Amino acid sequence: MSTSTEEVKYKANDFKSEAEPRWCPGCEDYAILKAVQTAMAKIGRPKNEHAVVSGIGCSSRFPYYMSTYGFHTIHGRPLPVATGLKVSNPELAVWVVTGDGDGISIGGNHLIHALRRNCDLNILLFNNRIYGLTKGQYSPTSTKGMVNKTAPYGTIEDPVDPVGLAVESGATFIAQTSASYVKELVDVLVEAYNHKGTSFVHIYQNCYIYNNGAFDGFTDREIRDDNNIKVEHGKPLVFGKELNKGLTMGYGKFDIVEFEAGNVPDSVLVYDETDPILVRMISDMKFPEHPVPMGIIKRVQAPTFEESVHSQIQTAKEKFKPDLKKLIGSGETWEVK
Amino acid sequence: MSVEKQINEVDTITVKFAGDSGDGIQLTGDQFGNTTAIAGNDFATFPDFPSEIRAPLGTTYGVSSYQIQFAAKDIYTPGDTPEVLVCFNPAALKVNLGIVNKGGLIIVNEDEFTDKNLKKAGFETNPLDPDDDTLRDYRVHKIKITTLTLESLSEMEMGHGDKLRCKNFLALGVVSWLFSRPLEPIENFLKSKFGKKPQILEANMKVLHAGFNICDTMEIFPIMYKVPPAKLEPGTYRNINGALATSYGLLAAAEKIKLPIVFSGYPITPASEILHTLAALKQFNVAAIQTEDEIAAVTMALGAAYGGSLGITGSSGPGLALKVEAINLAVMTELPLIIFDFMRSGISTGMPTKTEQGDLLMSLFGRPSDSHLIVLAPSSAQDCFWISVEAVRLATKYMTPVIVLSEGFLINSSEPWKIPNLDDIPEMESGFRTDPNGFLPYKRNKETLARDWVRIGTPGLEHTIGGLEKTNETGQITQDPENHDLMTRLRYEKTQKVANDIPELEIMGDKDADLLLVGWGSTLGSMRASMEAVASQGKKVAMINIRHLNPLPKNLGDILRSFKKVAVIELNLGHLNMLIRSKFLIDTAFLGRVTGQPIAVTEMIDFINKELETIKEH
Ligand SMILES: Cc1ncc(C[n+]2csc(CCOP(=O)(O)OP(=O)(O)O)c2C)c(N)n1
Ligand code: SF4
Ligand SMILES: [Mg+2]
Repeated sequence: MSTSTEEVKYKANDFKSEAEPRWCPGCEDYAILKAVQTAMAKIGRPKNEHAVVSGIGCSSRFPYYMSTYGFHTIHGRPLPVATGLKVSNPELAVWVVTGDGDGISIGGNHLIHALRRNCDLNILLFNNRIYGLTKGQYSPTSTKGMVNKTAPYGTIEDPVDPVGLAVESGATFIAQTSASYVKELVDVLVEAYNHKGTSFVHIYQNCYIYNNGAFDGFTDREIRDDNNIKVEHGKPLVFGKELNKGLTMGYGKFDIVEFEAGNVPDSVLVYDETDPILVRMISDMKFPEHPVPMGIIKRVQAPTFEESVHSQIQTAKEKFKPDLKKLIGSGETWEVK
Repeated sequence: MSVEKQINEVDTITVKFAGDSGDGIQLTGDQFGNTTAIAGNDFATFPDFPSEIRAPLGTTYGVSSYQIQFAAKDIYTPGDTPEVLVCFNPAALKVNLGIVNKGGLIIVNEDEFTDKNLKKAGFETNPLDPDDDTLRDYRVHKIKITTLTLESLSEMEMGHGDKLRCKNFLALGVVSWLFSRPLEPIENFLKSKFGKKPQILEANMKVLHAGFNICDTMEIFPIMYKVPPAKLEPGTYRNINGALATSYGLLAAAEKIKLPIVFSGYPITPASEILHTLAALKQFNVAAIQTEDEIAAVTMALGAAYGGSLGITGSSGPGLALKVEAINLAVMTELPLIIFDFMRSGISTGMPTKTEQGDLLMSLFGRPSDSHLIVLAPSSAQDCFWISVEAVRLATKYMTPVIVLSEGFLINSSEPWKIPNLDDIPEMESGFRTDPNGFLPYKRNKETLARDWVRIGTPGLEHTIGGLEKTNETGQITQDPENHDLMTRLRYEKTQKVANDIPELEIMGDKDADLLLVGWGSTLGSMRASMEAVASQGKKVAMINIRHLNPLPKNLGDILRSFKKVAVIELNLGHLNMLIRSKFLIDTAFLGRVTGQPIAVTEMIDFINKELETIKEH
């Protein structure tokens, strides 16, 4: 934590490194980079107090473009590296940048365990539904039937739903947004940072080269308001360009009701980010039957992993005074004269 | 009424306890080992157990055993063949019959020699029958251990099963009498273990004394043995096994370098022992973390090393295989990651509870590309302590991963240990850089070629590292051809520099000998015992044990070339042998065994004698 009480002002550019990003022109990774730098400026901690850990993929080149500490690790493994770092240096703000291949395919096992462990990490999953760096193979989030290099006849696998996976894994903070919603993304990143525990931020990110337009169906400026729903704690679940649609409790799923703008019926549910049933139902929504939820889907408080690790160490220290000489000389000993 | 017994004073003796894994054999052995320690003998132990937790009762593959050699002089091994065998059932007898010395003493629990158990163990006839020949060459003592246990507890109100569970203490009472041992150490153990369960404490005490007393009154044995205390170096001693020694060494090193430990591991036999030990010693600033798999274990430790803690992980062969890619990331990012490999019998799952030295070549060369790191190997249970300290010293000083090739055998075996004075261990420096002036992430120390270690969070030193090749000094990523060649050489040279910073090898035995035995790791004990046995027949032999396997000690080449013949001995089909032949271009003789057991001293003696003969013929 920054100890100075007076306000320190940072600009997004303070978190930018001298290295020139090497993503393809038009890649939405640029937008996320800018959003993270903007969020860090808002958070107000100096760059030495942030560390960005990534795996392998286009997205994982991220740390090179930051002026903070960074570790570009190996494919699929940024989460345990970041966990070790956070346990070692709990005062750091630790960010993890991973892709749909990195985080859900090769690193899928670590994702489940990181989410349930609740180490105070901010996980940013860049989901472009494709393997970018290796030039366009399908990923575990590619839509069924998608044609690409390794599926010339279309993929035959059902995709993973990252938010559903996070819910099942017991994540304490889950948010979903898009790289094209810059302002929302910055807000979500600041909230992810503020959350003590693992924050899982699922970001739809357009790969201009290998999967262009993958999210147009719900993120395109013209139609997004009718196809997204902004979920916000304490606010009614309404959406639509005219804010004339809402979600009500149906049989095991939400029903959509339409109403006159401004006259939200009582049957429209007020969102509660701590309510496991609402969280589950929001994450269960399937597009296009339902709108795509954007915003903070879940936020609950729980002890963090690193706090628990260190509090056990503290308790042990209080209980048994650490005395190595005594320990080594313990048990039955005998003298040889 | 007790009669004056004949006491037979002997120099050294090997005893083996064997029975079902559920019989408490390991506990019995440990307790007997403790009384041996307190009696002042030198000793070495060899616990050996099946990988099944509770194998079906009475089967030969379910036999668990504990062998101990103790002596009035220095000894180096748990002994090849027992002079005394204590069998809790027919299966234990069946498995061990072949290895007991002719004329040796066999104590059996007669109660267990039922038709059913005999059949399970594969005996056609009952070897205890007076007219059966099976045990003709041995002195057999039949004791109704089960019956006597139940009888001595007849007054006690406790379950039949609980009563039966006390029977190993009856056996302990018997052997304590046989070896003229006081019962106090075992009593103290029982009091500390069952202090809160007075009934179980009382029962075990009763049974222990019953075992001792029947020997006194029933004249089961015509003689008692006495092994006088060994002449060990003066000092305070304790009993230590490799698992504790490894863990204590890490704690000592952490204290000397003033850094916390993050030890992450995924359970695997026999490496779990270290995770168990450290998890219970959190007060020494240890975060002991059980991860979801070995890849998480090694990468978590690496993340901690990156942060500025001692990042340590431990596993066995199958786990080491999973860690390879992350170890290479540590080589590339030049971080002080410490990896323990408690080698077990492979390949694949192999024989998890058995020992082997099969991972040497993998540790040296089993990573993609020109990847070099430090490899160390402890040579005895107590040396595990010193190797842990050495691993921390070298990893942090040279900013490189270190693999410690330890062994399943070393983890479990125990020996007397003169407790070291921790003040004698030199302080170590983490050397964290704090000065931003002139900082470059890949600028190297001229002497060690190590880059600076930066505690992540330090103001003014922000930088990014990773698996991509980087420019010398600046650390900027690059694919420049000459730079990659330079960096590859620098990384290699750095590990080679370590040779200037490690002790030279000391020759044991006769420096004028024609034959030099070369080994590493746990074979130290049996090689030394064999060498001394051959030397006692007036023949000349020398030996070395290599603890630093990469880089090798600087004087190794000179030593090898100064002997007429070099013979390599190891628990594999020739890893060190291949290394020595290719590196020093010399011919070698070789003895390698992969039985899952240490090589028997008698087998080594035969090998040495044969090699000595071939030298003579030339
Ligand atoms: C162990 C290993 N296997 C495979 C690769 C090759 N590889 C690099 S990135 C990648 C997939 C990246 O996809 P994703 O995580 O979605 O990131 P993106 O490039 O789409 O941002 C693969 C398969 C690797 N670097 N390491
Ligand atoms: S391949 Fe796709 S994800 Fe990778 S940099 Fe190019 S546009 Fe971005
Ligand atoms: Mg991707």
